[in-house]
Amino acid sequence: MAYNTEPDRHGGDDGGLAALIYNPRARGLLFQTILLLAVIGFFAWILDNTISNLAAQNKKSGFGFLEESSGFQILTTLGTYLIESRPGVATYFDIFWIGVVNTLAVAVVGIILATILGFMIGIFRLSSNIILRGFATVYVELLRNIPLLLQILFFYIVVLRILPGKREPGYTLFNGAFGLNIEGLFAPYPVVREGIGMVLMAFIGALFLAWAVAWIAKKRQEATGRQFPSFWVGLALIIAIPFTVFTMVGEPMNLEYPRFLSAGDELPDGRTVSRIKAGYDIELGGMVIVPEFLALLLALSLYTASFIAEIVRAGILAVAGGQTEAAKALGMSNGQNLRLVVIPQALRVIIPPLTSQYLNLTKNSSLAVAIAYPDIVSVFAGTALNQVGQEIEMIFMMMMVYLVISLVTSAFMNWFNDRMRLVER
Amino acid sequence: MKLRSAMGALTALGMVMTASTAFADAHSSGTLNSVAGNGSVQCGVSQGLPGFSNKDDAGNWTGIDVDFCRAIAAAVFGDANSVKFTPLSAKERFTALSSGEVDVLSRNTTWTMTRDTQLGLNFAGVNYYDGQGMMVPSSLGVSAATELDGASICTNTGTTTELNITDFFRSNNMSFELVAFEKADEVVAAYDSGRCDVYTTDKSGIAAQRLKLTDPNAHTILPETISKEPLGPVVRQGDDQWFNVVRWTLNCMINAEEMGVTSKNVTSMLNSDNPGIKRLLGTEGTFGENLGISNGWCANIIEQVGNYGETYEANVGADTPLKLARDGSVNALWTQGGLMYAPPIR
Ligand SMILES: N[C@@H](CCC(=O)N[C@@H](CS)C(=O)NCC(=O)O)C(=O)O
Repeated sequence: MAYNTEPDRHGGDDGGLAALIYNPRARGLLFQTILLLAVIGFFAWILDNTISNLAAQNKKSGFGFLEESSGFQILTTLGTYLIESRPGVATYFDIFWIGVVNTLAVAVVGIILATILGFMIGIFRLSSNIILRGFATVYVELLRNIPLLLQILFFYIVVLRILPGKREPGYTLFNGAFGLNIEGLFAPYPVVREGIGMVLMAFIGALFLAWAVAWIAKKRQEATGRQFPSFWVGLALIIAIPFTVFTMVGEPMNLEYPRFLSAGDELPDGRTVSRIKAGYDIELGGMVIVPEFLALLLALSLYTASFIAEIVRAGILAVAGGQTEAAKALGMSNGQNLRLVVIPQALRVIIPPLTSQYLNLTKNSSLAVAIAYPDIVSVFAGTALNQVGQEIEMIFMMMMVYLVISLVTSAFMNWFNDRMRLVER
Repeated sequence: MKLRSAMGALTALGMVMTASTAFADAHSSGTLNSVAGNGSVQCGVSQGLPGFSNKDDAGNWTGIDVDFCRAIAAAVFGDANSVKFTPLSAKERFTALSSGEVDVLSRNTTWTMTRDTQLGLNFAGVNYYDGQGMMVPSSLGVSAATELDGASICTNTGTTTELNITDFFRSNNMSFELVAFEKADEVVAAYDSGRCDVYTTDKSGIAAQRLKLTDPNAHTILPETISKEPLGPVVRQGDDQWFNVVRWTLNCMINAEEMGVTSKNVTSMLNSDNPGIKRLLGTEGTFGENLGISNGWCANIIEQVGNYGETYEANVGADTPLKLARDGSVNALWTQGGLMYAPPIR
């Protein structure tokens, strides 16, 4: 459009090449083409340079390495529970998935914890109770302003220093079902048998039933104004139905407790426990959540919660005060006002910046390498990369993982945001 | 007007193309030229391993690996101070070298076949023959590595250490938990706080890191050596000239020790009649020129840095906190029954 406003000073009488150059459209096109060629040339150069440098250094390329087996042990984590991790058997592709699972594990749990904590602190920030408000303010100012890496290292070392040693049962709960010492949090491991599928189906059925009840109750309330405690009824259904089926099919799951061994104990196979071997032994039952995961999770969620708290505070303040007054006038309690009037409106302001906090938490989890938690950066783009040496392929795979996680998170949050949008009638 | 802008765009494109060829040249070959152009050698060292590469209280880099970097600078520039250090973790080091961030890696790096053939690296020699060991708190009462079934073990990620320890436990049918950190200081902190029963790395590394523990005397180094760790300087593959400079810097230092040339006597040795010493110090022949540097290259190294034995004793020897006695060890000269042996300069 802009081109047309420029006066055509030479008209068409020059003819030939000159006319073409004076023609603003043609000239624009020419420069665009040159620029495009330059950009293509630039990337071609980078590619060519990379290939020739790799060749000069005699380095391999391609993804064949993914089938080779790795030779190192990986810390016990969710990834090593779910995926083959034995050295000499696990391939580098397995290592990749172990890293992905571990990154997802800390990101998902971290997001849930940070959200709960962030909402609480954010609401405390606006509380009329001076102690709550003061605590929330100190929390936000402190955690937001200390570099995350320092917090991670701090929590890790503090966790390690506080927890009792490996050869003590440490803090236990429920008669040894749970135990916490420097090796981590030991918990029961569910062992399932045939029939668990029925229980699972019952659970899904109950979910569906609860949803149906809620839907009918809502329709009825719209029609008649009568309320129904659909939340509690739904909850009761979701718990009761699977539980009944569980007992009916003969309890197809039991919990294997972690076993603590003291030096000198006798093992089932007749050997006695050595001094080194003393401690919890998850080969005999139970599972472990290592302190590296706990420290990383703690640091990531506490840190991110301080940002979420500010977002929540801003969101609540953005809801016009008249809304609360109107709710009060209708006789709503403080809780009802918050739950039914303020939060739903605040969410519209909160969700978009919340999404970027979720993405931040996920990306920040890559600091895991500092405290030996085997996330994707640490175990795949670190340990494995050092054995294989194919930086380009491996960093590319790692970047794709973060990209996919980010896109999926954003897509989900956008969908959620759409649902929360003001529906104008 | 019109022509000028069209020409401008074309020139820009042309410049990009010429630059591309120039860059490609600078990177894949001619490290020596680019080092000379920069006025300093960019040397990758470890982040803090006393005796090997470590900053002293005054903030100066010290250590046997650091001295080797200085020796390269002395050979190339006649000035041992024309060197810049890049501290690298074990995990980062090879990427830093192959991407051109450093010109040479002098960082307790083990020469293995994979690294030599698959990672695009070239090892210029060995400046410390080492092997992997294990340290445990004395209170555990362990006296042999075979008693370690069920142990938790702290170490560095991206190392041969991880592979060796895995092999050792697998071949002895023992279970273990491996906690692998990126930075050496974090390994020490975790081990010190009781997270692991065992700290494992190269024996020289154990001797160095042990000094950082709260109570170094409360720990025992187990007798076993579970691997061979020949540590040496590394360059990128595909640049023979630079490879030669680095390799012969090391050979110069070892040969000088063998011939009795030290930083103290090198000036008088310049007048020596011994033909071997004359070739070493560049008073005869054009050995330096053939490397692409000055003929006084080796004399500069010895004068400003010292021979191999001198840097060994000053940094890791029996009189240093590391107390790694050299006599009778594999790191003694071949004439003393050790493995330090350099091809002749002739
Ligand atoms: N020689 C082994 C291990 C080298 C290594 O990185 N060792 C650690 C522990 S001694 C280290 O040097 N850390 C010092 C640092 O990262 O600054 C290898 O090349 O893979």
